[in-house]
Amino acid sequence: MSEPVKSGPLLSLTNVQVQFGGGRVHAVDTVSLEVGRGEVVALVGESGCGKTTLIRAIIGLEPLTSGTITVDGEKVTGNASGLRALRRKVQMIFQDPTGALNPRHTIGDAVAEGLRIHRKRGAVKGDEATLVADALAEAGLRPPERFVGRYPHEVSGGQRQRVLIAGAMALHPKLLLADEPVASLDASIRGEILALMRSYVDRDGVSIIAVTHDLGLAWNIADRVAVMYLGRIVEIGPAEDVLRNPQHPYTQALLSVVPEIEGMEQQILTGETPDPSRIPSGCRFHPRCPLVASGEAERLGIVDRCRGVDLELEPEIAPHRVACHAVHLSPRT
Amino acid sequence: MTLLEIRDLHVTYRSERGDVPAVRGVNLAVGEGDTLGLAGESGCGKSTIAAAVLRLLPKGTDVRGEVLLDGEDVYAMKPGRLRAVRWTGAAIVFQGALHSLNPVKKIGWQIEEAVLLHTKVSGKAARARAQDLLVRVGIPADRLDHYPHQMSGGQRQRVLIALALACDPHVLIADEPTTALDVMVQAQVLALLEELQHEKALALLFITHDLSVLTHTCRRLAVMYAGRIVEEGPSELVFTDPQHPYSRALAAAFPTIGDPTSRMNPQGLAGDPPDPAALPTGCPFHIRCAVATPECATVDVALRDAGGERRAACVHVGVTHV
Amino acid sequence: MKRNVSSAWRRLASDKLAMISLVVLVLFIVMAIVTPWVSSRDDINPVNTGGNPTWASPSREFILGTDYLGRSVALQVMWGSRVSLFVGLAATLLTIGIGSLVGITAGFFGKWTDATLMRITDWFLVIPFLPTAIVLASVLERSIWTIVFVIGITSWPSTARLVRSQVLSVRSRLYVDRARALGAGRAHLIRRHIFPNVLPLIMASTTLAVPISILTETTLSFLGLGDPTTVSWGSILNEARQKGAVTRGAWWYYMPPGVAIVMVVLAFTLLGRALETVLDPRLRER
Repeated sequence: MSEPVKSGPLLSLTNVQVQFGGGRVHAVDTVSLEVGRGEVVALVGESGCGKTTLIRAIIGLEPLTSGTITVDGEKVTGNASGLRALRRKVQMIFQDPTGALNPRHTIGDAVAEGLRIHRKRGAVKGDEATLVADALAEAGLRPPERFVGRYPHEVSGGQRQRVLIAGAMALHPKLLLADEPVASLDASIRGEILALMRSYVDRDGVSIIAVTHDLGLAWNIADRVAVMYLGRIVEIGPAEDVLRNPQHPYTQALLSVVPEIEGMEQQILTGETPDPSRIPSGCRFHPRCPLVASGEAERLGIVDRCRGVDLELEPEIAPHRVACHAVHLSPRT
Repeated sequence: MTLLEIRDLHVTYRSERGDVPAVRGVNLAVGEGDTLGLAGESGCGKSTIAAAVLRLLPKGTDVRGEVLLDGEDVYAMKPGRLRAVRWTGAAIVFQGALHSLNPVKKIGWQIEEAVLLHTKVSGKAARARAQDLLVRVGIPADRLDHYPHQMSGGQRQRVLIALALACDPHVLIADEPTTALDVMVQAQVLALLEELQHEKALALLFITHDLSVLTHTCRRLAVMYAGRIVEEGPSELVFTDPQHPYSRALAAAFPTIGDPTSRMNPQGLAGDPPDPAALPTGCPFHIRCAVATPECATVDVALRDAGGERRAACVHVGVTHV
Repeated sequence: MKRNVSSAWRRLASDKLAMISLVVLVLFIVMAIVTPWVSSRDDINPVNTGGNPTWASPSREFILGTDYLGRSVALQVMWGSRVSLFVGLAATLLTIGIGSLVGITAGFFGKWTDATLMRITDWFLVIPFLPTAIVLASVLERSIWTIVFVIGITSWPSTARLVRSQVLSVRSRLYVDRARALGAGRAHLIRRHIFPNVLPLIMASTTLAVPISILTETTLSFLGLGDPTTVSWGSILNEARQKGAVTRGAWWYYMPPGVAIVMVVLAFTLLGRALETVLDPRLRER
């Protein structure tokens, strides 16, 4: 790589807010996050927590209501040229590989699309056919010639996802945003796709933010895990810490019901997945929190704070941070 | 007492492209109060089996073998008897997607419809029963007048469970009931299913691609591949110590959190699930198998004893290794 | 793209009804084109036909008989086809042209552009067709172009709505999001994704709009609003009725233009429906 490696985090989100419906829906409600180079961060949570909205906002598919996004040391401006520059460094793959590919375009066209768009501005050099073949081969579609002329419906679901990955990585982005990358694929091939994603990290130093509801996926490939609830990050830290020693009651409950976990008693939360147009007062989790329901919060003397005081993640004193009054009460060392 | 038994079932769909063998010789049995999980991926035939139990397969489909509900062969029944047995003998809980329920009818009406079709009760009694069922599955009774699109995914799934129980069946088939639900909602629905199954001593056949879910809900487990059962046995054992290479791969796809061997080590299978219209020769799994031997390409193996009430269809099973 | 066209053609070719329709249309178009070579306008000029028998039933000399002025009905039908088909096609082009432009612009740019264009569309949509046509045809000079204009100006709104909803639907597809994420600007999105997915709809709509335009022209001519100096199938019917062809039992006068209209309209409609089916991506092979 001829570019000098910059220091500092690759991606920096500061107090990002994304609202819909004129402020009625707070899909992303003040999120600050940093992603380092060559790092994989899993963004986990249930539907409505804002994780998909957040990554769409990072790549500019949703407008920011407020806050700043900094990529590779440069602040992202929302205008056309700013977004174009952003999309050379940040790319995205989607949950539904069938829907994400235009059925009238060949696989070769799909992979070349990004190259053609950016070539016009002189940002891409080299023979298109070679670049496409390289991208396909790297994504595991070998020999590339066999795939270039075919249509998406002629290949399998797993192969379609590889086409999406090839198309995104053909631009050699530094950050890949993956929206539920394996959720719609058969279980036996998920591992291959996840391993493929990690190969870009290990070989090229690409960073990945993987949005998923599957904690097993986080265990498989993530360096860090950020848990979101109703638009905010409620817990973040190294994957081993968060997944084996969760501190936030929501994370604890989530992990307890995952079938792939052992040694945890199931805490099934009542109620539906919450609605981002009606965010509770105080700690947004308090209506479903087992600590409040069981009276533990009262015993700790924090129940009024839980119901009345909104809070964010602890300041950066440790890699593993939590947004919970109970935890803030007795800071860990 | 065995309430559901399938004997040597073969199902072949007829299509313009030729015959598609979806199920190729499946045997299974579920007794009263017992739970059997059926795991597999797309194209393995599991959903075909669910439809086959109540003779819901498209016209012209070739079905051979027997499907016995409480000893009676569903495929030997006359239409009148079949209609009577459907939903009262066995019922299916489908995936709770928006199109499993009639979008222009209130959910109360849909449950009442099921009751009225099979029992001679008054409209009022049917409504009361619908109300009871909704409450039993954890939905407030006033939702009787709601439309499907007004409810969340989890609620719709509960409605489908209530619908399935409308006529007090003895056998319940759950076809991917929690796929596409959030983890917490999935846990709620699974807990509900388990409760109801215990309470009514139902024979439950649980079909899904998620092996780990089956380990908790079902006593026994069968793994399907290319229209056949390739491994079966007690669910814990099958999940933690799978004997068939495919079951091993499927189990590895759901890593246990906290297990160091799967940390930063995603494991999957090369290739894709087989197309039932174009199956490989010999053992259909051999082209993706890490431990395939040359004979696997020509010899198709039947289920063999693998110790501990388990059976697996693999040449390596039942062979003592040095 | 080429592959799409050839596979679409193959599917169309397998629809027998569509193929018959295509043949019928080709025959009529050929007839319309060839007419000036096989006869001249003088042949149906009443000045020159005085010597012919009037109200003559079909014979070897006059295959479809003659009318009240001794003019050959067959020649009139042939000359009339030129007008009916031309007006039908030209008016359709105008309709589809304006409608597509408005529909794509409104659907793609959204917000104020969409709101404004749609209000204009609604305004035109509620204008009652026949009164407007009558008023316009009376006020403007009587010519084929007036008819084309009248039809175009009153029919474009429904196309606009159809195209707009298709554009909105395509815009919301995931592959458009992907293109945006890749860095696509508006031009790229329209050119590579929106337009190719809207074009089939426009083509099918065109094929279905032609018969409507032809029928409309026929109606206007029948009502006497057309160009009095030109012959069209509608004007033939108008004259036939006025001169009492029905009471006379002169079926050779009013039936041929009627049958011709029905055949052309039916052929276009069947072809259009077949095209819709063929070009609908939902029905593609999976």
